[in-house]
Amino acid sequence: MDFSLSPEETRFRDEVRDWLRDNLDDRIREHVTGDDIEQRRAWQRRVHEAGFAGVSWPRELGGQGGTLMQEVIVNQEMAAARAPDLVNIIGLYMAGPTILAHGTLLRADEIWCQGFSEPNSGSDLASLRTRAAIDGDDFVVSGQKVWTSFAHVARWCILLTRTDASETAHAGLTYLIVDMHSPGIEVRPLRQITGDAEFNEMYFTDVRVPRANLLGEVGGGWRVAMTTLMHERATLGVGLQVRARIALDALRALARETVVDGVPRSADPLVRQQIAQLSIEVEAMRLNGLRGLTKVLHGEQPGPEGSVNKLMWSELNQRIAETALDLLGPYATLAEGDERAPLGGRWAHGYLRSRANSIEGGTSEVLRNILAERVLGLPRSR
Amino acid sequence: MNFGFSDEQELLRRQARDLLDRECPTARVRQLMEDELGHDPRMYARIAELGWTAIPFAEAHGGLGLGLVDLTVVLEEMGRHLLPSPFQSTVGLAGMTVAASGDAAQAARLLPSIVNGSAHATVALVEETGRWDAGGVRMAARRSGDAWLLQGEKLFVPYAQVATWMIVAARTADDPADGLTLLVVDTTAPGVAVRPLRSMDATRRMAAVGFDGVEVPGDAVLGEPGRGWATLRRGLDRAMVCLAGELTGTAQRVLEMSVDYAKVRQQFGRPIGAYQAVSHRCADMLVMTESARSLAYHAAWALDNDVPEASLAAAMAKAYASDAARTVASHGLQVHGGIGFTWEHDIHLYLKRAKWGEATLGDASHHRERVAQLLEL
Ligand SMILES: Cc1cc2nc3c(=O)[nH]c(=O)nc-3n(C[C@H](O)[C@H](O)[C@H](O)COP(=O)(O)OP(=O)(O)OC[C@H]3O[C@@H](n4cnc5c(N)ncnc54)[C@H](O)[C@@H]3O)c2cc1C
Repeated sequence: MDFSLSPEETRFRDEVRDWLRDNLDDRIREHVTGDDIEQRRAWQRRVHEAGFAGVSWPRELGGQGGTLMQEVIVNQEMAAARAPDLVNIIGLYMAGPTILAHGTLLRADEIWCQGFSEPNSGSDLASLRTRAAIDGDDFVVSGQKVWTSFAHVARWCILLTRTDASETAHAGLTYLIVDMHSPGIEVRPLRQITGDAEFNEMYFTDVRVPRANLLGEVGGGWRVAMTTLMHERATLGVGLQVRARIALDALRALARETVVDGVPRSADPLVRQQIAQLSIEVEAMRLNGLRGLTKVLHGEQPGPEGSVNKLMWSELNQRIAETALDLLGPYATLAEGDERAPLGGRWAHGYLRSRANSIEGGTSEVLRNILAERVLGLPRSR
Repeated sequence: MNFGFSDEQELLRRQARDLLDRECPTARVRQLMEDELGHDPRMYARIAELGWTAIPFAEAHGGLGLGLVDLTVVLEEMGRHLLPSPFQSTVGLAGMTVAASGDAAQAARLLPSIVNGSAHATVALVEETGRWDAGGVRMAARRSGDAWLLQGEKLFVPYAQVATWMIVAARTADDPADGLTLLVVDTTAPGVAVRPLRSMDATRRMAAVGFDGVEVPGDAVLGEPGRGWATLRRGLDRAMVCLAGELTGTAQRVLEMSVDYAKVRQQFGRPIGAYQAVSHRCADMLVMTESARSLAYHAAWALDNDVPEASLAAAMAKAYASDAARTVASHGLQVHGGIGFTWEHDIHLYLKRAKWGEATLGDASHHRERVAQLLEL
């Protein structure tokens, strides 16, 4: 058991720290967020040029050929410095690892989207109906996807389709990589409760996808999709912890800086209890993540226990935002744009955005099902 | 970075699990609940023979020179088996307080008999207010020539009934932050009266200890006079992590019992574990147990390596384990239905142990406030 960094890792950490000190300022922290994709893309490019995006990816694919531990270090340092999220989160943490595990073809500096969910297939993903018919050297894709984050700006899509219509569940699914510039794809942004339009509907009409873009086997898409979801919940788990820590640090600052009648809110015993509890749980989540990471560092694929982190993160992130709004009293109800809104309404926005945390990437109910059935071996509920 | 156990630690865990599976099934725990001593001296001797009492102590005192991580491995197994024993209060609390005090003379005098298993020891800190901090200590030690005179009463002293000596925290200066002096007192000294308390958790023994003009020789001070809290704090941090590890083992066992039961108990034609109201409870128990485990071992590592945030890690571990073990035990009882409410079924033993562990060495609220302070909130 050893939680310290090796001398090489320490050197690498210092390199990341130096770069962040020279390249990150409050202007970037404030402006590179939300809907402003161009700013976010520019930040992503700078991080990539510095060698800190896709750290553990092979060099041929635009990565740095580094270790997973270096990837974790970058994540942690970005959090400590309150750096903006990378916009290509799906490419880096979901598509990337899946493709590395099942095939090749990819670049670390482009934006990806994940076309899994459909109007009638959410939690029950395996019931999806988007068709991929085999026609010569191509797949011909028709159907509808929904809630696809970043589809409006993505260059690539990891798409889960059905190649065998006679099969209704996991069998008959096929995993494709789709060039979003292909003819026949229509993307319609959907407005979210925050007012932003991060996710979309996608309509596919006879979209031709070359056979070379098949990942895994025809009919073997479910296994590949599971790799994506495990990575989403495990590798990204390390990233999620980092995001939770950024939110928590901001909450602590808010409690200290929100002063009512000369008394900071952080002096209130109840507030202190709540924030301490959140701090403990964020730390527990970090450590659970490191236990999962230890497995991955020993060459094992992340298992269903990665769901623990996604579950903890969604509920923690929601409670952090709720606690922040509690601290603000009636000011919490002011929307972005009101001049009295604390911090420009960032917490109000964050609170609304956090409501999706227990839905996106597997609902909390589905994650509890996974823990109950796959980790604890309880009988299936369905 | 490596959050894994060494081969030696895995071996130690297996050794502890095997021995306790064999020697300490719940039927034996129940016998010891009724026993006058409250533990089995032959078992303690066996434990000492296996070297568990030697784990965290320096080789100079006969110890194995291992760490708190190794000790926590053993304690997790003891918590899993609800072992009734003064092991934790002797090794994890009193022993670790002496070892961490930096007082070489006392360590050389006191530790060898802990290491070889011939002595039991404990710490007497808490008084009527029930506080686990310096401010709660009102009992004064007055100077009388070279010696100290103790007058007052301590409560919730673990295993004082079987202890050879105890570390008594007494007030020697009017300083709310410290002003304590730690005195090593023989339990047989004239004026010491050990009165057993009836513990809800009958697998754990506690006592009220009265001090009626007890004269303690001047060379019985542990650490520096007037700086007793700073010394005890280091010992308590270590004991808290031991207890957090123990509570993790207790929670783990409840989780396993509940999952096993949910797989076989049928209602409405299906195993109850197929109902999400049951299975999601179990999933939450898993999350809590794993988180308690992560926090406990990380804190043990942090203390072993003296990293700056070690005290924070210990407070986090104890705060979390306190809530987690109690909640897991309550969920476990609920999953068992009516049978879980019977004296005959074992689940209440775990619930009571969790409740005892929650309140001992400072409960979750106490340690959350410390976390807030250490985070400079
Ligand atoms: C902000 C956001 C971004 C997203 N981004 C993407 C993306 O990029 N790509 C993508 O493919 N998808 C994306 N999604 C979709 C997301 O994965 C789905 O919304 C999610 O899987 C739930 O599916 P659903 O919305 O159809 O809800 P449903 O599955 O209909 O669920 C409705 C409710 O029923 C509960 N429920 C369903 N089944 C069970 C069960 N078996 N047991 C207990 N309760 C159950 C659910 O937990 C939920 O509370 C995104 C969603 C959001 C909110």
